[in-house]
Amino acid sequence: MFRRLPEIARASLSFRFEGAAVEGREGDSVAAALLALGHAALRETPVSGSARGPYCMMGVCFDCLVTIDGVGNRQACLVPLRAGMDVRRQRGRREAGS
Amino acid sequence: MMAQPAYDIAVIGGGVVGLALARGLASRGQRVAILDEGDVARRASRGNFALVWVQSKGLGMARYGAWTTGSAALWPTFAASLREETGLDLGLSQPGGYSLCLSEAELDARRAAMMRMHNQPGWEPVPWEVQGHARIARAMPALGPEVVGGIFCPLDGHVNSLRLFRALQASATARGATYLPDHPVQSIAALPGGGFRIETAQRALEAARVVLAAGLGNATLAPMVGLDAPVRAQRGQVMVTEKTAPFLTHPMATLRQTDEGGVMIGDSKEEAPADESVGPGVLAAMARRAIRMFPLLGGLNVVRSWGALRVMSPDGFPLYDQSAAAPGAFLVTCHSGVTLAAAHAELLAPMIARGTLDASLAAFSARRFDVPSAA
Repeated sequence: MFRRLPEIARASLSFRFEGAAVEGREGDSVAAALLALGHAALRETPVSGSARGPYCMMGVCFDCLVTIDGVGNRQACLVPLRAGMDVRRQRGRREAGS
Repeated sequence: MMAQPAYDIAVIGGGVVGLALARGLASRGQRVAILDEGDVARRASRGNFALVWVQSKGLGMARYGAWTTGSAALWPTFAASLREETGLDLGLSQPGGYSLCLSEAELDARRAAMMRMHNQPGWEPVPWEVQGHARIARAMPALGPEVVGGIFCPLDGHVNSLRLFRALQASATARGATYLPDHPVQSIAALPGGGFRIETAQRALEAARVVLAAGLGNATLAPMVGLDAPVRAQRGQVMVTEKTAPFLTHPMATLRQTDEGGVMIGDSKEEAPADESVGPGVLAAMARRAIRMFPLLGGLNVVRSWGALRVMSPDGFPLYDQSAAAPGAFLVTCHSGVTLAAAHAELLAPMIARGTLDASLAAFSARRFDVPSAA
């Protein structure tokens, strides 16, 4: 769906998505990195379980929620990608204690 | 302008109180018009905390305690009937509720208030008990160490009050009531031969009876029909967290997890508010207290906050009245429109449909304020 602009060549960053080793680029938000990898749907809603993905990319729609390093409901569009992150889909409600 | 065809009864106010009455009246064959101010209304029905709450109700008026307990008991049937009729699940849960205390002094004061309430003449017993930290922590393991104990009442519960609001409107209109939005009432006049002529911003209409259920608006409407509605605004601020997996198995007086997973924190009581606005001072104080009760709340994001205006009478109890000067005019106002919705629809509406309030409601008349105050 999305392709990276060829003229932007930033260093790559290794992270994990759903347990698999994947790569993004320095300067990516988590959402941008996952969109570039072809992942449009990142969460399942707590009420109906339907799929949602990054939409506004500026922190207002809350549809890009993921679990990052064990903390649920992180807004993937607002979190800069870092090497070694463990990113997982947000399936339904987060746990309050994590 | 020509008057529209007459209605048996005009309910002024399209919030939870007015709609519960309209539903009850329409169910009893009354031709009902609901005159609603519109979306500009200061709508407590959209900002409330959604408790169906018993334990703290009635210190100073024993009759209010029994009326509240009665409504809570009617709620399961009421919610089931609304669900069957509208397809909307109100998320009613009545597992018992807590008032949590963060110090022994707080718990002692609350216990003393409960005992004073239960020692009133005419009090109908309501089950309650003081529970210590360990007992409450068995029910809710996330309880913070600073909670010394609390009051538990097995009759307390909560509901999704926005869905209640929607279901009441759907049900009232399905039962034949006419909902008229953007009809703020400008004047009400008792007609010489009986009945009332009501002027609204859009048109005039006539009705044999009229019920004032306009919340804070009742203060200006009541004198038009020879009634008195001394109500004032008291602001409450509320915030809600992101949705999380269920961990609060019981509602608390100031804290509850909704059926969809968000945790609502609220119940500030601010007198003489200029408007419904919220401020960081009160919200921060509420959040700090909530985190002491359940520390893991500290890791959650607050996604919304809002304020709403309670409709408070001088003593905090409801006003139910009928006009002597203009027979057929009724006044209904309270600050617990959610808890009392079942009683309003199932007990109060039939009295209004019959044309007179039962003597059992005499304690709720505004005449209780017509006494000289001590110097």
